[in-house]
Amino acid sequence: MLDGIAAILRRMGARTINSIWRLGLATRFFFLTLMYSGPSFRRFHLVIKEIFSSGVLSLVIILVSGLFVGMVLGLQGYETLQTYGAEESLGVLVSLSLVRELGPVVAALLFASRAGSAITAEIGLMKATEQISALEMMAVDPIARVVAPRFWGAVISMPLLAALFSAMGIFGGYLVGVVLIGVDEGAFWSQMQAAVDFQEDILNGVIKSVVFGGVVTVIALYEGYDAPPTAEGVSRATTRTVVTSSLAVLAWDFVLTSFMFRGV
Amino acid sequence: MSDNLVEVRDLSFAYADRLVLQGVNLAARRGQVVAIMGNSGCGKTTLMRLIGGQLKPTQGQVRVDGESVGELKLRDLYRLRRRMGMLFQFGALFTDMTVYENVAFQLREHTDLPEEMVRDLVLMKLNAVGLRGAQDLMPAELSGGMARRVALARAIALDPMLIMYDEPFAGLDPISLGITGDLIRRLTDTLGLTSLVVTHDVQESLKIVDYVYFISEGVVVAQGTPKEIRASDLSYVHQFVHGEEDGPVPFHYPAPAYAEELGLRHA
Repeated sequence: MLDGIAAILRRMGARTINSIWRLGLATRFFFLTLMYSGPSFRRFHLVIKEIFSSGVLSLVIILVSGLFVGMVLGLQGYETLQTYGAEESLGVLVSLSLVRELGPVVAALLFASRAGSAITAEIGLMKATEQISALEMMAVDPIARVVAPRFWGAVISMPLLAALFSAMGIFGGYLVGVVLIGVDEGAFWSQMQAAVDFQEDILNGVIKSVVFGGVVTVIALYEGYDAPPTAEGVSRATTRTVVTSSLAVLAWDFVLTSFMFRGV
Repeated sequence: MSDNLVEVRDLSFAYADRLVLQGVNLAARRGQVVAIMGNSGCGKTTLMRLIGGQLKPTQGQVRVDGESVGELKLRDLYRLRRRMGMLFQFGALFTDMTVYENVAFQLREHTDLPEEMVRDLVLMKLNAVGLRGAQDLMPAELSGGMARRVALARAIALDPMLIMYDEPFAGLDPISLGITGDLIRRLTDTLGLTSLVVTHDVQESLKIVDYVYFISEGVVVAQGTPKEIRASDLSYVHQFVHGEEDGPVPFHYPAPAYAEELGLRHA
């Protein structure tokens, strides 16, 4: 009995220590990435290639999801607002929820599952097939050549994707609210224009998506770099990337929101 | 300048508490092809990683061209590695680049040569391994033997002084086997470099090497020229060279008695 409890405690302790270790190592990895970022900017075509593979290739899923999320917002928002006779504020509701929250957060979650998992799997396999080792033996630093360009590519893509997500969402809300249901078009746009503040709403949304892009990519890169070089190891790392980075995005969203919208 | 390009002295290495190499001494003279042989898991690959500076010795010293590899700073280590080439077991080609781009990789990373010169150099290296015609293929389109030859062209791109081969003969058909062995010898002689071949393929490597070290369980158990090795009456070497199933290296992994495990006899 006592042995059983001791074993459970020991396992919990080991897990906790292990998690803290990994957090520390990931942080160190993040700073190394920043330190070795020089070549990414001197040879910007490396970053552009990564913007293509993580940003451009995520476009379809981001645009389609944005459209549907906006359409649902239009429907649900109209239902609620008309109870109070305020259906003309639909544009405000749709745009603020997208620009402040849904745009950055949902785009980052989609990004984690589309691009984050791909990054982990790619780096994990590069390690398994000794390509990372080969880089080291060719006197090319893998952090500078492989990791840093991917990091910056994602950090640059993420706010653009979030902005496109929000734009598509607003268009979806417009389709449902104005075209389908018949909310007044002038009110829809002019109220939106009056209520959305550039600094308060748009800029804060952009800051969020830059942070989310960084968080997701560091987790994806670290998991790939740290994965045991086996099929099972890479598959586990890929799963962990999606789970950890999704949770991290939501947690960071709470932290950032509580700083940005105090007392609003 | 010492005659030996690579010198390993009293080298010991342990992963955590598992001793992999103990007190290994060996040397590779400039211009020679030297083989390090032993059965799987005897520490050959570890030894190569120590020479390349990817691992640090627990004890002892590795010197390459007079520099102690384990004590170099990262910057100096990278400077030294530019003069080393390494051929990985399965080539380790970059799968997102064509054959041409793979061979050009180091030239682009480490030099500012104009594009025409890069092109000439890449074609020369590819021609040396007989794959100039495959320059536009992707690594996934190559056979195992071809991938290794491309990796060899990539390894010699910067004209290194030393090339290390990790199991260059593993998993090749007889034709590719002959080609690879021949290439190692020919490149060593024509480019004036030194080759270190880690392998367990005795027959193929005895044909091309100048000197052989046998490693077993982390210790050098025999050494000599191919002629001396073939004539050796050391039981380990004899078992290895003639591919005998049982000898000093047992066929069975340590296990409890067979009958006991099957429950035929109660202990």
